[in-house]
Amino acid sequence: MTDASQPKAKVGSLSQVLTVTKYNFLNYFRARRFYVMLGIILLITLLITALVGYYRPISFLGVPGEPESTAVLGFYGAGWGGFVSLVVILSAAFFGGDAISGEFQNKTGYYLVPNPIRRSAIYVGKWIAALIASTLTLAIFAAILLANGLYYFPGNVPWEFAQSLAFAWVYLVAALSLTFAFSSLFKSSSISILMSVILLLFVFSVIDTVSASIVGIEPWFTITYGAGIVTSILTVPYPQHVVTQSLGSAFGGTNRTNARFQLTSYNATVPEGLEILIVYFIVMGLLGLWLFERKEFTS
Amino acid sequence: MPSLEAVQLTKDYGSFTAVAGLNLSVHGTKCVGFLGPNGAGKTTTMKMFTGLIKASSGTALINGVDVQKDKKGALASCSALIETPEIYGSLTPKEALLMLCEIRGVPKVERNKRIDEALGQVKMTEWGNKKVGSFSKGMKQRVNVASTLLSDPQVIILDEPSTGLDPRGMSEVRSIVKSLKDRLVFMSSHLLAEVTEVCQEVALIDHGKLLVYDTIENVTSKFSGGGGDVQIGFLTAVDDKTRDMVAQISGVLSASKTNDRHLAVRFDPKSLAQDKLFEKVAALRVGAVTLEQTSGLEDAYLSLIKETL
Repeated sequence: MTDASQPKAKVGSLSQVLTVTKYNFLNYFRARRFYVMLGIILLITLLITALVGYYRPISFLGVPGEPESTAVLGFYGAGWGGFVSLVVILSAAFFGGDAISGEFQNKTGYYLVPNPIRRSAIYVGKWIAALIASTLTLAIFAAILLANGLYYFPGNVPWEFAQSLAFAWVYLVAALSLTFAFSSLFKSSSISILMSVILLLFVFSVIDTVSASIVGIEPWFTITYGAGIVTSILTVPYPQHVVTQSLGSAFGGTNRTNARFQLTSYNATVPEGLEILIVYFIVMGLLGLWLFERKEFTS
Repeated sequence: MPSLEAVQLTKDYGSFTAVAGLNLSVHGTKCVGFLGPNGAGKTTTMKMFTGLIKASSGTALINGVDVQKDKKGALASCSALIETPEIYGSLTPKEALLMLCEIRGVPKVERNKRIDEALGQVKMTEWGNKKVGSFSKGMKQRVNVASTLLSDPQVIILDEPSTGLDPRGMSEVRSIVKSLKDRLVFMSSHLLAEVTEVCQEVALIDHGKLLVYDTIENVTSKFSGGGGDVQIGFLTAVDDKTRDMVAQISGVLSASKTNDRHLAVRFDPKSLAQDKLFEKVAALRVGAVTLEQTSGLEDAYLSLIKETL
């Protein structure tokens, strides 16, 4: 180590992104939380496998005489559609919720940042590592569900399941951008993870319901509304965009014109859902990066 | 020539100014101690030099490159250890150092050699493949010190590098810093003896402002009352009679016991050269065996810094 006077060649940002990705993924892969997440997925799939095997519910396996194409969609709708959002949200929160805030709280940023590397390279590298880890957990969930599906409906994998899997991955990409934005906003890891989970699991769902049913506005601005395409695609025919139910007619009937209450629900169309998710991915991703660029390492 | 330059460097936190228009220009291959009381703005200044925080105004330059405008370019030939960084717990020191080698563009063929050398310098070779998560604070700090040695940087910024280390570790870090030739080392520390041992120059700041920047000799002679300071070691315990005999030597300003076998002696270098002083003490035949120059840096520091906060 003697040649201190030699000018140093700059390393390309792309190469640095890959380096950050590699070591962050290694860190995720060896950390307890990856196995906790894996345990949660195995628990969910194990429960589905056991309950379907033992009780053989009609919501999963259909009724005798029903066409297999309908029954198999029912299986994936109940098994995959019922839990995939939970898997996506937990994965995004587990791997993205403290990705940036942890660099501040745990002081790992003091090791990485004072180097010839742009913060954007660190941010993108960490984001990709989180995406790989989350995709792995989503893939494991899908694989076990698929194995179950093939057991009950050999050789019959509906095209809608493949589409739903692709939409779930797009949802995961958008959700990770959202959790990274929260992670950049807060310095506390636990707060950023908690906020991500609460927002994605509860707050957005409440906003969807209130907005659609009570105010009558299509909730196009929430990520969970856009993510509705993940389960809607498993329904044939695809649900109508606007569904209005009339309740409590002044004359005792359910005539729409005389109805006292009308409950409106919205279902995002596939293009609309994808647009919402892509906008979340871009806007939240950039917002998170903007916040991280400005955040200071103060004690 | 490696350089660090702060031009009107300022950092405000609301109404509190941590660094107030700091002007400091350090050039050349040497070690500069960065001193000041708690809250003086030392770490804040170093953070601005390394992109951990942004300056409110002014400029921080490393080798002439503005850190705020081109952090990647400025830090290409600079490594830094700020506070006590944590390393991803599931990585081993070798992996953590390899990550930095890749980020800093150390040639592939040299990486393993440099990592082994750096780990060897901080005496962590046998821990190279263990996970960092199980390490003590001192062991982590050794790995952090190793991380600054990887890429042959022209400039090394060290913020209290011996924090968390045991006495042996502190001594080893001092040896490492002393061995860093042909580069500029800018090191903050509260340990004045450490600074005296490894640095040639000191910059003193207080309340975010530079008080003095000069060689240790000049700072000492200007601000410590002008005396020379040495420590004389004796074969046997020093009694009061011996102390008084030394104190009465012409040109000696004061003599006091630092421990059983050592006397701290301040003398007037204008009327008494250091070698003559030792000759006179030896002539007393009281068992004096060593004379070690100590710095009057503490006196200088105390005369310049009146408050600790």
